[in-house]
Formats: sequence, structure tokens, C-alpha cells
Amino acid sequence: MAVQSSFKNMTICLLAICLVCSGLLAGVYALTAEPIAAAAAAKNEAAIKEVLPETAVTIEEERTVDFEGASYAYNLAYDEQGNTVGCAINVSPVGFGGPIVIKVGFDVNGVICNTKVLSQAETPGLGAKCVEPAFSEQFKGFDPAHKNLAVKKDGGDVDAITASTITSRAYTDGLALAAKVFQAIGQTPMLLNDTLVIPSEVEETK
Amino acid sequence: MGKFQLITKGLIKENPTFVLLLGMCPTLATTTSAINGMSMGLATTFVLILSNIVISAIAAYIPDKVRIPSYIVVIATFVTLLQFVMQAYVPDIYETLGLFIPLIVVNCIVLGRAEAFANKNSVGDSALDGIGIGLGFTCSLTVLGLVREILGSGSAFGFKFIEGDGILAFVLAPGAFLALGYLIVIFRKLTTKKAE
Repeated sequence: MAVQSSFKNMTICLLAICLVCSGLLAGVYALTAEPIAAAAAAKNEAAIKEVLPETAVTIEEERTVDFEGASYAYNLAYDEQGNTVGCAINVSPVGFGGPIVIKVGFDVNGVICNTKVLSQAETPGLGAKCVEPAFSEQFKGFDPAHKNLAVKKDGGDVDAITASTITSRAYTDGLALAAKVFQAIGQTPMLLNDTLVIPSEVEETK
Repeated sequence: MGKFQLITKGLIKENPTFVLLLGMCPTLATTTSAINGMSMGLATTFVLILSNIVISAIAAYIPDKVRIPSYIVVIATFVTLLQFVMQAYVPDIYETLGLFIPLIVVNCIVLGRAEAFANKNSVGDSALDGIGIGLGFTCSLTVLGLVREILGSGSAFGFKFIEGDGILAFVLAPGAFLALGYLIVIFRKLTTKKAE
């Protein structure tokens, strides 16, 4: 079986194992770094396409906007003629098991087009159901200007997931926040040139 | 012990979940559905086979007092490699399994087999032992996941056969302990009868 332990051979042995292992890991990391980044980018782009209107053809590079002390990433999308058709905003409200990262797509009128969960750690079988269509379908075409983005228990218009009110609240709060961020994006002059106009903010245009 | 028995003992006589009671942490945490349990079992099996092979090959050169740290480094390396490769080439599977993969490092089955079997046996036997124990673990997790999914969500392998929600407690931690406890009782009952 194993050799007699001495200070010298223990040091050498551990050093050798760690060296070989870290060398292996570094090699594999270098090999896989590019495909991993590509896979993540492809996933992000697919999510953007999924939450925006079908007319969106070109998706602009990611920009960030500051709103109430936090920074939010968003992408604008254009149709074939170069008109702005929508905007996909990332929000991460805190649910029952940590942040739920949601991509929210809006059309130019501020109506929610679709939503997609990018990552979540909610309870499997309960809160994790927020990724299922049964819950998320109700936000397709949801107009935050005319309907109340809050769960029915709190007097809003959103059907919560059974036994997962905290997750449902977090999700809805996230969408409400995204709606506010959308308004904030509309107020930045740079974007008004890109014809992303929000009727309620016309006085801000100068 | 024959080569065939090396594989089958992991399924019944030395079943890691129901007999050795090893690796309880991932067992309870990941078996919320049959698919999750099976995925965790397969990922663990992969690491177990590789670590058993490597450890049985290098065990003779490792001084006794540093064997545990050495084994842990080897196991952690395999887990991280697996994670990188899956993330790069099968991102969809990584998506569902991602959470469980780092858990394999702390799975005491892997270290347990290294210490109890691989460092005393040949490379070939250790590989077979890894396959056997891995299969045993996979089957047990699948059964436990299936039971919890049927009772908790009214579905099996993702196919819903009862409308609405099941007994929600079975999806949560208390249900995991209950289901595991009863499965151990049933398993003991069946296997001891066979022995008589």
C-alpha cells in the first residue's frame, strides 16, 4: 500500500498533484473559455429575440441606464426599415431563494411583449414554476399603463403561483420596475432621436 | 469476488443510498423530480469512475498522511473539468444540472469509495466498482425522485397525469426525509427476505 510518510515526500507529493491538477484546469479553461462565452452570448441573444416583437431584426449592443441609484442593462431593437420596435430590459428582483434574473421586452408603447427568466433559484416544484408558460403567459401584451402590476392578493391583476406568493410578488415587482426603467430610458434625449417616444413624457423632449 | 459482482453489489448489497447511507446531502437536495435525481446520479457516476481509476493508479505513490487531501484535489479537478466541458459544449444540459455539479465534490460517496476501495484495488476493479456504485446511486436517486414527483407534483418524469398540485410537502425538504425513510424501510424488508 502507501509509502511511509516523511515531511519531504508529503510536500513533494502534494505539490506535484496540485501542479498537475492546476495545469490541467488551466489548459481546459483556456480551451473552453471561448465556447462558454459564445454559448452565453447566444443564449442572451435568443432571450432578447424571444421577448421582443417578431418584427425586430437588428438588435443593438447592450447599453445601461441609471435609475434610482441602480444600473440596468438593456438592448434596443429595430425592424428592417430601422425603426425602433422595442426594448429588452434586464431586472433581478429578489425572490424566495435569491435574485430572479428576468429579461422583459417592451414594444414602443410600453406594453410588455414577453418575459423570460434567465436565472433563478426558487424552490423546485413551487416558486420555480415561474419559468413555466402557465404563469408567464399572462404577461404577454400586459399594459402597465392600464393594468395593475401586482398579484391579485395585493389588489393587482396578476394571477400568483399557488403557494408561491413571494416568488410571484418578486416577479411582478420586477416587471413593475422594468416598466419604470423603460420610462426612464424614454426620457434620455439620445434615445428620443431613435424615435422611442413615450407619449406621457413629451414635455421632456427639449 | 467476481467481476460481475463488483458491479451488482453497488445496486443491492452495498447500495450507497439505502444501505451505506452515504451522500445524503445531494440525495435529499436534488431529488425533487425523477429527472433531477437521475441527472445528479449520472453526473456523480461519471466523476466516481474517473476518480476511482486515477486514485487506484496513484495510490501507491502517495504518502499515507496526505492521502485525503490528495484525493480531494483529484476529485475537485474532475468535477471542475466536467463543469467547464459541459458549460462549453452542452449548455442546455448544464443549465438543468449546473446547480448540482459543484455538489459532487462534497459527495462523500466519491471520497468514500476512494478511501474504502480504490486505494487498495487494481485500476480495472476500481473502474468496475465506480460503475456499480454509480449505477446504484443513480437508481436510488431516480426512485426517490420519482416517488417525490408523483406525490408532490402529480407527474412522473415530467409527464403530468394528475391535474393541479400534489402534496406540496413532498417537493420540499420534509417530504425528502419522509420518502427516503420509507424507501429505506421497504428496501431493507425486500433485501433481508432475499438473504434468508
